[in-house]
Amino acid sequence: METLLALTIGSVIAAAVYLMLAGHMLRFIFGLVLISNAANLTIFLSGRLTEGAPPLIPEGADAPVGPVANALPQALVLTAIVIGFGLFAFAIVLVFRAWTELGTLEADEMRVAEPEPAAPGEDAAR
Amino acid sequence: MSWILATPLIVPFVTAVLAFLLRDRPAARWISLGGCVALLLSALVLIQAVLSQGVIAAQMGGWPAPFGITLVADLLSAVMVLITAIIAVAVAGYALADADADMERLGYHALFNVLIAGVVGAFVTGDLFNLYVWFEVMLISSFGLLVLGGRAEQIDGGVKYVALNLVSTIMFLSGVGLLYGMTGTLNLADLSVAVKTSDPALLTVVAMLFMIAFGVKAAVFPLFFWLPASYHTPAFAVSAVFAGLLTKVGVYALIRMFTLVFDHDTGFTHTILLWVAGLTMLTGVLGAAAQSDIRKILSFHIVSQIGYMIMGLALLTPLAMVGAVFYLVHHIVVKANLFLIAGVAERLTGSTELSRIGGLYKSAPLLAVLFVIPAFSLAGFPPLSGFWAKFLLVKAALDIEGWVIAAVALIVGLLTIYSMTKIWAAAFWEPHPEGIDPALTRLEPRTRAALLWPVAGLAALTLLIGVMPEPFVAFAERSSAQLLNPEAYIAAVLGAGS
Repeated sequence: METLLALTIGSVIAAAVYLMLAGHMLRFIFGLVLISNAANLTIFLSGRLTEGAPPLIPEGADAPVGPVANALPQALVLTAIVIGFGLFAFAIVLVFRAWTELGTLEADEMRVAEPEPAAPGEDAAR
Repeated sequence: MSWILATPLIVPFVTAVLAFLLRDRPAARWISLGGCVALLLSALVLIQAVLSQGVIAAQMGGWPAPFGITLVADLLSAVMVLITAIIAVAVAGYALADADADMERLGYHALFNVLIAGVVGAFVTGDLFNLYVWFEVMLISSFGLLVLGGRAEQIDGGVKYVALNLVSTIMFLSGVGLLYGMTGTLNLADLSVAVKTSDPALLTVVAMLFMIAFGVKAAVFPLFFWLPASYHTPAFAVSAVFAGLLTKVGVYALIRMFTLVFDHDTGFTHTILLWVAGLTMLTGVLGAAAQSDIRKILSFHIVSQIGYMIMGLALLTPLAMVGAVFYLVHHIVVKANLFLIAGVAERLTGSTELSRIGGLYKSAPLLAVLFVIPAFSLAGFPPLSGFWAKFLLVKAALDIEGWVIAAVALIVGLLTIYSMTKIWAAAFWEPHPEGIDPALTRLEPRTRAALLWPVAGLAALTLLIGVMPEPFVAFAERSSAQLLNPEAYIAAVLGAGS
């Protein structure tokens, strides 16, 4: 199971990196969503996998009986998902706004904040 | 005990909520300023406690370490909280005049205080996952501040800032996951003990993930491209707080992790850091030389100055750490101040593009004096604070015969003078190309006071550190000793719960 999950994480990261390097902001966002899920899976996997043993405490006891799944990574992943959701909501709105404002989502053409020098050597002449 | 540590976090959050509720009224800006002053007071109490009692720690919710979330302050954390509060007061004062009605209605003051809370949280947390959460608090509010106003330029810079910072966040999160998988703990003090028994090769791999993640935040070579793409676009009151604080949180995180946790193979990790430091200094200063807009020049200088702090961390001798801590404090004050001054210059002359402005020396000599202090402190002129910071670092490099890095540090200092002279000549010395007389009296008296008091206060602090550096160096020495011998830190965190 660990091997399968590790391979999954690897392929998801590969796909995400491919998307992020495409030079288009929308694909970049999709890549980011994918890679953040891969990071969440990494945390989940690093807490060790335990099959069919939810971390529940039986009534009347102070601690779970026998080996149970590690609950901490699940809490961490949950936190990371919630935070990630907020960030992606913002990022998607920002990219949409960039499209309406700048008229392009090609990374190479987004040069409003950093315009290319009018002529080479212009700054050097100062 | 725990209140001393929690108050600097609670104050900005409460301020943010109040400022958000009253965002339509002028009261919001005074609440923001008042909240920042309260933060300053609580930061003073914190540093006083740390100075008298040593490292202090508090377990949130009463869960003993390493199970609960620990807040912990050593001298470095305490001084970073204090300097954050000082910058917050200065910028909140400046924003009385600089934040326009649209920005205020959209919640500028609330976002600003959440940002400060995130920065303070990152400095006082003793838990790695909690550090991630504070980074996110800081990040989301900085996103909001950056695009507040929504000009095309801001959106363009914002996209690049958001994209690269999110990648770094995910790197950080993966590193947290792997480190937890290896050690089974996320408490920094507990990690410091636990990594001693881990596989060093695997630990180095994870260390590299963290180096890249924090390297993006700190804007080191070759990961700094988001910074010059975005820092010149937002309002001045926003870019000043960004320039002063955000990258330094990355530097703080690097210092914390690479002294407390990843000190198993310094021959490998800190050699990489040394290369990064040298190249960061050089690319930053050369990038600045090619720019002709005040804020773009200053943005590239943030990058080059980050190199000095990383250099102190990379050398890892006691003196080098003294230099790094001293440099952090000096740099935050100077850099935030230079961005505030750029804002005043823009108001008076109508631009920050060097070819379109001028005449400030003749018409506004007070501003000229206030510019000279941080600008030449940045370049390292005695007797200003930057001189002592650079002196300590170069001395540390020479002591262990690091000739190349010492030479780089000195050359970069020289090139910094070139950039500062360029701004001085074009903005202050030459007459204004359109014949405008940019006198300070063109501003309304209240606006003038709100803009100039913060600038003057920060300049006075720079001068104070420069003229009497002994107490500050002595403080940095104690802080450096704590960083290099983390036993007190570990005992304060792990011993407090038992």
